[in-house]
Amino acid sequence: MSVKKLLSGNEAIALGAYHAGLKVAAAYPGTPSTEILENLAQFKDIYAEWSTNEKVAMEVAVGASYAGARTLASMKHVGLNVAADPFMAVAITGINGGLVVISADDPGAMSSQNEQDNRHFAKLAKIPMLEPSDSQEAYDMVIAAFDISEQFDTPVMLRTTTRVSHSKTVMETKDNSRKETEIKSFKYNFRKYIMLPANARARRPLVEERIIKLAGYAETSPFNHISMGSTELGIITCGMAYQYTKEVFPEASVLKLGFSYPMPEQLIRKFASRVKKLVIIEELDPFIEEYVKSLGIEVTGKEFIPIIGELTPDVIEKAGRAMGLLSESLGCKKEYKMPKLPGRFPLLCPGCPHSGLFYTLGNIGQRSTIPGKKQREPRLIISGDIGCYTLGALSPLNAIDTCGCMGASIGNAIGMQKAGASEKLVALIGDSTFLHSGITGLIDAVYNKAKFTLIILDNRTTGMTGHQEHPGTGKTAQGEDTYAVSLEEIVKACGITSLQVVNAWDARALKEALKSSLENDVLSVIISRGACAVAVRRGINPSKIDINKCTDCGLCLAIGCSAIQKDADKIVIDGSLCAGDNCRLCEQICPNKAIYPDKPGITGGRNE
Amino acid sequence: MNSYNIIIAGVGGQGVILAGNIIGDAAIALGYDVKKTDTIGMAQRGGSVISHLRVAPKIYSPVIGEGQADIVISFEKMEAARCFSFLKPGGTVILNNREMPPLSVSCGMEQYPSDEEIMIVLEQKTDSIYFVEGSKKSEAIGNIKVLNIFMLGCLSQFMDIEDKVWRESIIRSLPAKIVGINITAFEAGIESVKL
Repeated sequence: MSVKKLLSGNEAIALGAYHAGLKVAAAYPGTPSTEILENLAQFKDIYAEWSTNEKVAMEVAVGASYAGARTLASMKHVGLNVAADPFMAVAITGINGGLVVISADDPGAMSSQNEQDNRHFAKLAKIPMLEPSDSQEAYDMVIAAFDISEQFDTPVMLRTTTRVSHSKTVMETKDNSRKETEIKSFKYNFRKYIMLPANARARRPLVEERIIKLAGYAETSPFNHISMGSTELGIITCGMAYQYTKEVFPEASVLKLGFSYPMPEQLIRKFASRVKKLVIIEELDPFIEEYVKSLGIEVTGKEFIPIIGELTPDVIEKAGRAMGLLSESLGCKKEYKMPKLPGRFPLLCPGCPHSGLFYTLGNIGQRSTIPGKKQREPRLIISGDIGCYTLGALSPLNAIDTCGCMGASIGNAIGMQKAGASEKLVALIGDSTFLHSGITGLIDAVYNKAKFTLIILDNRTTGMTGHQEHPGTGKTAQGEDTYAVSLEEIVKACGITSLQVVNAWDARALKEALKSSLENDVLSVIISRGACAVAVRRGINPSKIDINKCTDCGLCLAIGCSAIQKDADKIVIDGSLCAGDNCRLCEQICPNKAIYPDKPGITGGRNE
Repeated sequence: MNSYNIIIAGVGGQGVILAGNIIGDAAIALGYDVKKTDTIGMAQRGGSVISHLRVAPKIYSPVIGEGQADIVISFEKMEAARCFSFLKPGGTVILNNREMPPLSVSCGMEQYPSDEEIMIVLEQKTDSIYFVEGSKKSEAIGNIKVLNIFMLGCLSQFMDIEDKVWRESIIRSLPAKIVGINITAFEAGIESVKL
C-alpha cells in the first residue's frame, strides 16, 4: 500500500537505499548527513555501522561492494576530504555490488568549518553524480544510483545539500517493497582489484571509456528533463536551486539536471537552441556554467548569482532583477525599521562537562591572543578541534586559539612547538574526534619528541551531531553491546607516560592536573571525563544563590552557563536549566560560598 | 484549498520542530502539498530556531521568502521580532509572552527589548498581533513542555483545518501517555486567542 508521508531528504535516502536491497552501510556522523545512517541503523535486516572515520566508512563500503553486496557510505562534505583516498581508488577499480557514496554539502557553512562544492569530487574521480531537489527525488535517485553503479561498474555519488537533506517534503512510500538482491560472491581479479601501478595504468583507459558511456546515458536519464515555458528565458539548474528557480521564474523554460555529472551535451545544446536567453542557476561554484561555456554556448550565471553561501528564492529574485529578467516591483520594497536584537548564539549546555575545563584554562594562564587581559604566566596557545567544545572559543570562555579540521589540534601543537613558540602549548580534542583522527597525531608527537599538553575531553558520546555511539561507548550503531575501546590504553600504547584522568566537574582536580602538566616539560595527556549533560535530566536539585553572601563579583558568570543569569542587579540561577547534582561547578568556583544546593545533595563535583 | 506560509520561531528545546511536523501531518491528511525546513544552526545548544512551513496545493521552495509569511508564531517573545522580515504586510503574529534572555543579556552585555520596542517593529506591518501566555498556561496545566501544542491550539484558529484533524494529528505524533495533557494544552491555546 502506498502512503503519503512527510520525510526529510535523509530519511528518504535511507528508505530508498533499503528498498534498493542495501546490505551494508557505513558512516561517520556529520551535519547534514547524520540521519541517513541513523535511519538505516533501524533496519535490523541490514548491517549499519558508525565507522571510526569517513575513510574507514568508505573502505568498509568498498569491501562490501567487492564482496558483492549493495552498499553505501555517507558523510558530510568535509568527510569526503577524509575519505578521498579510498574514494579515488574505488573509482579506478570499479565495483562488484552497487556502491553509492553520499556527500551532504553545507552551502553557507551553517554547521561546518568551511564551504566546499563536492560536485568537483565527482569530476575529479570521473564517476557519475545524481543531485536530488526534494525527498521524492532523493528516494528515486538512490535506487537508480545502485542500478547505474552496477550497470557501469562504477561508484555513484549522490550529492545533497543541507536544504535537501533536512527539508521535509511529501513523498509516496510503499511498504514491503525491499528488493531482494542476490549477493554476488567475491571473485579474484588481479587486474581489477589490485592497484599495482601496472594494473592502475591498465584501468585508466577504462575509466575514460566509462565516463564517455555515462555521458551518453545522461542524455536519456529521466532525471534530466526539459520543461518548456516561455522561449524568452531558459534556465539550467540542479538540486535545491531547481525548486527556487520554479518559484521565482514560473514562466521560464527549465532544463533540470538531476544526473548532473557527466553532463548531457546534446540535451544542453538542444535546450540552448530553443531559448533566447540562457541562464544557469546553481548553488556554490559555476560547475554547470563552466561546462556549458566550454561548449561555446553563451550563458549568464555567476556574474549575478552569488558563488558564496546558500541560495534562497530572495537571493535569486534579487539576481533576476539585476539581470533585468524581473521587473522592479512598484513600491513593494518598503524600508522597515529594525532594532538590533541581542544575538542568541549557541552555548555549552548547563552542566556541560567541558565548562569547568574551559573555565580553568581561561584562568590558569595568560592567553596570548586575548587583548586587554592582565598578563599572567604561563602564557598559553590552545589548539582546538571539531566538536561541541569548539564553542569554548566563544565569549565568555575564549579558551581556544585555533580550529581547522578533525584531529588538527594535535598536529598543530606539534608544529607550533617545533616552530619555537615560546608559549605553553595545549591541544584540546574530544573523545570521538580523538578516535577519528587524533591517534596518528599523538603517535607523531611521541615519535618526534614533541612537548605539550593534550587534553581529551571525554564526554562519552559524539555530542555535536546528536549523541551517536563511537568505538569508546560500548554500543554499536544498531544498539548492540560491544567492546569499549579504552582511551587510557590507547594513550599509553602510543608511548605516553604522563597520563592523568580527571572528573570533569571537579574544579580543583582539573586545576591541579593542568598545573602539574604545564609545569612538567614533557608530552602529557589529561583525560577530562564526564558524560554529556544533554543526556542527564535538568532541574534535579538545582543550585541556589544566597543573596546575603553573594557580592555580585560575577565570577560564576564567567563559566558561560546559561542557567546563571544576571537579573537587574542580582545574579540568579534558573532552576529549570540548572543541572544540579549532575554538575555543581559554580558552587566550587564561588569565592563567597554563596551557591548551595536547594536540598542536600552531591556537592563538590559529580561522581562519575 | 488555501495556502499558508507559516514561520515558527523559538529557542532550541522548545519543541518548535515537532510543532511544525504536526501541522504538516494534519495538512497532508487533507491532501495538501507540504514542505518544511528548519534553520537550526546549533539549536540544541540554546540558539534560535526558525522553522519554515508551507502548505498549499503545490509547492516548490521549502524556504519562505521575505514578506511572504502569512503567520509568524513565536514561542519566545523577542524571536517574533527576529522573524519580522518574513512577515507579510497584514499577516498575523502570535507570540508567547515569555522572555528567555540569551547569555549576552544575562551577562549584562545587551538589553532585552521591551514589549513596546517589539510592538513598534511588528506594527509596521500588521495590527493582527496576539500576545498569549503560553508558558504560564503550560506550567499551570502541569508541564512547560506542552507549550508547543498550546501554540498549535492558537495557530489552529487561523487555519482552515478542522479541529478533528488537528486532534488526530496530535494523537498520531505523540506517545499515548502524554496525549491527554497535550490535548488540554491544545484547547487552552484555542481559548487564548478567541475574541
